[in-house]
Amino acid sequence: MNEEVRKESGRSGAFIISARKRKFQKIAKTAGESMLLLIASFVAIVVLFIFYFVAVDAIPYFQLRGFSEFFTSSNWYPAGEPGEFGALAIIYGSGMVTLGSTLLSVPMGIAAAICLSDILPFSVRQYAKPIIEMLAAIPSVAFGFFALVIFAPLLQTHGGPILMWVWWVLAAPFLLLAAIVIADLITAKIQDQNSRERMSKVLLAVFSVGALGFLYWVGSVLQGIEILTGTNALNVSIILSFMSLPTIVSVSEDALQAVGRDLREGSYALGATRAETIVKTILPAASSGIIAAVILGVMRALGETMVVWMASGNSSHIPDPWFNYLEAVRTLTATIAGDMGEADQVTGSARYHVLFAMGLLLLVISFFSNLVSERIVVRQRKILSGQ
Amino acid sequence: MKRVLFMMAMFILAVAAPAFGAANTIVLDGSTTVGPLAKSFAAYFTKKYGVKVMVSESGSGNGAKGLINGSCDIATLSRAMKPRELSAAKAKGISPVQHIVALDGIAMVVHPGNPVKNLTKAQIAAIYTGRFTNWKEVGGPNAKIVVIQRESNSGTQEAFKELVMGKTAQISKDAETQASNGAIKNRVASTRSAIGFLGLGFVDRSVKPVAVNGVLPSVATVKSGSYPVSRPLYFYTAGQPTGTLKKFVDLPKTVDGKRIVSELGFVVK
Repeated sequence: MNEEVRKESGRSGAFIISARKRKFQKIAKTAGESMLLLIASFVAIVVLFIFYFVAVDAIPYFQLRGFSEFFTSSNWYPAGEPGEFGALAIIYGSGMVTLGSTLLSVPMGIAAAICLSDILPFSVRQYAKPIIEMLAAIPSVAFGFFALVIFAPLLQTHGGPILMWVWWVLAAPFLLLAAIVIADLITAKIQDQNSRERMSKVLLAVFSVGALGFLYWVGSVLQGIEILTGTNALNVSIILSFMSLPTIVSVSEDALQAVGRDLREGSYALGATRAETIVKTILPAASSGIIAAVILGVMRALGETMVVWMASGNSSHIPDPWFNYLEAVRTLTATIAGDMGEADQVTGSARYHVLFAMGLLLLVISFFSNLVSERIVVRQRKILSGQ
Repeated sequence: MKRVLFMMAMFILAVAAPAFGAANTIVLDGSTTVGPLAKSFAAYFTKKYGVKVMVSESGSGNGAKGLINGSCDIATLSRAMKPRELSAAKAKGISPVQHIVALDGIAMVVHPGNPVKNLTKAQIAAIYTGRFTNWKEVGGPNAKIVVIQRESNSGTQEAFKELVMGKTAQISKDAETQASNGAIKNRVASTRSAIGFLGLGFVDRSVKPVAVNGVLPSVATVKSGSYPVSRPLYFYTAGQPTGTLKKFVDLPKTVDGKRIVSELGFVVK
């Protein structure tokens, strides 16, 4: 026994420690911990420094030119004598492209995440998820090159038919679903089961024909559209939606997985179908994670530079009419990238600082959306845990 | 992409510069139009004299900036230095010296399927200011004009504005912007109703140059001065060049230099 203790202490040195050794250990512990703290806080410090240095170069712009021109004018002539720095159209362009890509990527991304987590068998998911995540590994310049050299000319030559097919593929399932649901709702009040089924079938047929007619009409209108320039907001929105898809799919799939077996099995035990389980149990439970995924995806689209610089056409105007996605737009990020070269402190101060003002605007937007998403996640967690 | 390349070039430079030593390396930066010329000169010069020459293309504005900041030995510009840049250089104790390398025409190009053959300077100006928006206003088909310009750091853009539109006119907000000669060529070649402008050396069969005031852009018309949209291309050095730097700057005056200039589609001065 005694020998055993000696052996143990000999190996780890845990039992007999001299005062000197203890002191040394204490110092080493403090040093190690502060080192780790320093490394951890370095990330936070970097963020603060970015904010500080961007702001330091952005503020002189507002001192020189005031706020109103930047936010209300859409005359962007930085090289003019004197220069005009109205960024309204550029801010609008950024918003337009981000909104467009979000509208495309969020439904697709969430649907793909649901499919991956709850519908596909495990063996398929094992391969499907890494493949989707591989989209994130493609450099943005490759996306931009594709958008400029392949997709833009394609939109110009076959724009109408492409739009028509996209409309059919995206709208047909939704309209069919809507027809079924509406027919069910209308006939739900009929008491007699036989006549209810008959009525439901008739209504479904009528609605389906109506939906088909609507699909066909919109499709033929879209097919008639001729796209004048392929480097436009639509092109960039589509490419950006592909770029933010892996983020959205991956993060929301993780959130859906985190819901766990117990909730799913509880739902099935209560007699819910798979669709009901997904819509009424899993999605609400995972909603905070999904919202975080969506905001991450939006940020990806807002901050992307290379693709928009190459393929958005870069005309600093508000499209006419305002929702026309087939016109070229210019975004904040592309403007910073494109105008940075010329705008040196040496050659023109307002022209240099206005780009930092744009950078600050982007930083502030992403900061606030991160804040909002954080709030939503926290609140959702509270609701779910029943507090 | 150009900027990324530029950054990479700068990084490589920062790493490589001490190894070669300043005297053994010539660094060029500036216009994308002068770029191919500078690169060919560099290859020739390295082969003949064993002197390392590095060429970046980040736009005329950046070239001038580089010369003023001392990050390059020669700035390649497709326009003359602006008074503001000259005064900034003077403030840093540098007196830039101008050397004309070659002449270049700015060709107005359209899609090969576009029937328009000739435009006057006034018509081009009207298209770029946004007064004309349809090809039928200049005798073409009934189609909206897609106007394509360069970024504001482009010397070609500034030379075009000065030569065609006058100092005060502003290009329409609807005009699309592309980052390089190559990008403009690509867009015009693939867009039926586009118009853009390119350095003469970049024109090939994928796009169709139009005559300006009745004169087609070519080496002969630029040299004779009859093509109205032409300009000199410059090397700028900080002070009078000496030694290898002088040899490099004088290359365009040699027989081989002249051959390189004309091989690339530029015009010997």
